[in-house]
Amino acid sequence: MKSNPRTYIVSKKLDDFFSDVYAIMNFIGRFFRQLGPPYEWREIIRQCYMVGWKSLPLISVTSFVIGIVFTKQSRPSLAEFGATSWLPSLVAIAIFRALAPLVTALIAAGKVGSNIGAELGSMRVTEQIDAMEVSATNPFKFLVVSRVLATSLMLPVLMFYMAFISMVGAYLNILSNEDTSFTAFFIKALEKISFLDFFSSLIKTIVFGFSIGIIGCYQGYNATQGTQGVGRAANFAVVTSMFVVFIEEIIAVQITNWFR
Amino acid sequence: MHKKTRYTIEDKHADIVIRNLHKSFGTNTVLKGVNLDVYKGENVVVLGRSGTGKSVLIKIIVGLLKPDSGSVIVLDQDVAALNDKELLQLRLKIGFSFQNSALYDSMTVKENLEFPLLRNSRNLTKAEINTDVEEALDAVGLKQTINQFPSELSGGQRKRIGIARTLIMRPSIMLYDEPTAGLDPITSVEINSLINEVQERYNTSSIIITHDLTCAKATGDRVAILLDGNFVQTGSFEEVFSVKDERISSFYEYNFIE
Repeated sequence: MKSNPRTYIVSKKLDDFFSDVYAIMNFIGRFFRQLGPPYEWREIIRQCYMVGWKSLPLISVTSFVIGIVFTKQSRPSLAEFGATSWLPSLVAIAIFRALAPLVTALIAAGKVGSNIGAELGSMRVTEQIDAMEVSATNPFKFLVVSRVLATSLMLPVLMFYMAFISMVGAYLNILSNEDTSFTAFFIKALEKISFLDFFSSLIKTIVFGFSIGIIGCYQGYNATQGTQGVGRAANFAVVTSMFVVFIEEIIAVQITNWFR
Repeated sequence: MHKKTRYTIEDKHADIVIRNLHKSFGTNTVLKGVNLDVYKGENVVVLGRSGTGKSVLIKIIVGLLKPDSGSVIVLDQDVAALNDKELLQLRLKIGFSFQNSALYDSMTVKENLEFPLLRNSRNLTKAEINTDVEEALDAVGLKQTINQFPSELSGGQRKRIGIARTLIMRPSIMLYDEPTAGLDPITSVEINSLINEVQERYNTSSIIITHDLTCAKATGDRVAILLDGNFVQTGSFEEVFSVKDERISSFYEYNFIE
């Protein structure tokens, strides 16, 4: 019997895109429906440790380098106008408003997003998720809710940590050029940082964390086709997360500027 | 080795009743009106070539897949009519042993076994949980592996731990998906014995999915042959293979003569 060829509303690619968007929206809806108690506390704490503690070395090195490099690169431009005294404020604004949230999110998308995508993908193709389901356990709650909560909670913590280490890097660079105390540097740096800067960065990183977690979980949870599918899930988790983080950053900047 | 069947159909009460079950994946129809009864305390072996829908059948029984049409009644409950909560309750009475064991990689053997207990028997004390874990490990003869990770176990040990994880909830029904696949003949014999021990010790009704005739012979009270999406023959091992059907005899010859 000859089967009817499938018809598409516009094109296969566009149909697939909207199907994926619909599936992700459903996945997010399922997350919120299952957010209530009882909570898998042990798993949430384990995931916070994996997301937060295990990312510290990479975040530390990256933020320290960013602090030094950004300060070093900014100095000549400010020196031209004799405004090197503005350097701490300039660095602080750049770090708190943009660099720390964005770089933390990009590092997390690469490290945490790929890890979640690969881990859940591997669990899916080796039937571990099915095993949880048949043992009368809710795998979505155990695997997805705990991971998304962990990324949403830990990314703001990592962001503030990154901002602090970047400022230390910036201070050391300034110290190599002029004599200033750590306290004086921080007072000068933070006087230009408003509550709105802190608050917007905090909300932004919670949203980034949620997106990274949910995308990684979605890709892994729905992985198919064996080991190839695991690789694809990890890859898509990183690429999609980064893309979404950039889009969210643009939107967040617009919204923050309305309030400023 | 033949199974010495201790089982008799006394009251003819079926724990699993499958009627006119259909399932397709796209244009590929794997089950075409399957009917099967599994009686209390009975081991039914479903034999068939790879890709004939054997695993699909047991995944439908446990509600992991939905059938296109037909009904599956498990312990007097229609699986398709159950809501999520009722399905979870039913699953507590069903043990599912996966083809590749599906042990949780990030957990030790103890944590693997505790996992269903902690989530479904919340009023158990730590001591009671430990006792249950040790008892289940004792039943599969692997007490010494309690603190090991799945990656440190052999294929046969993983299968046994997978079975222990299902036994810990004391199921009424056991579903085994290819229990001897990928194992050497000696370990396969051990797994076959374990399946029979589980039947005797826990009085479980079981479906054993396999294409291994030695396993079928050793564990099955009844054998059902799935070909082209339907059962073509059901009965004892001897009855099934005494029928003059080229499709069945070729299956036998490939297994035992080659």
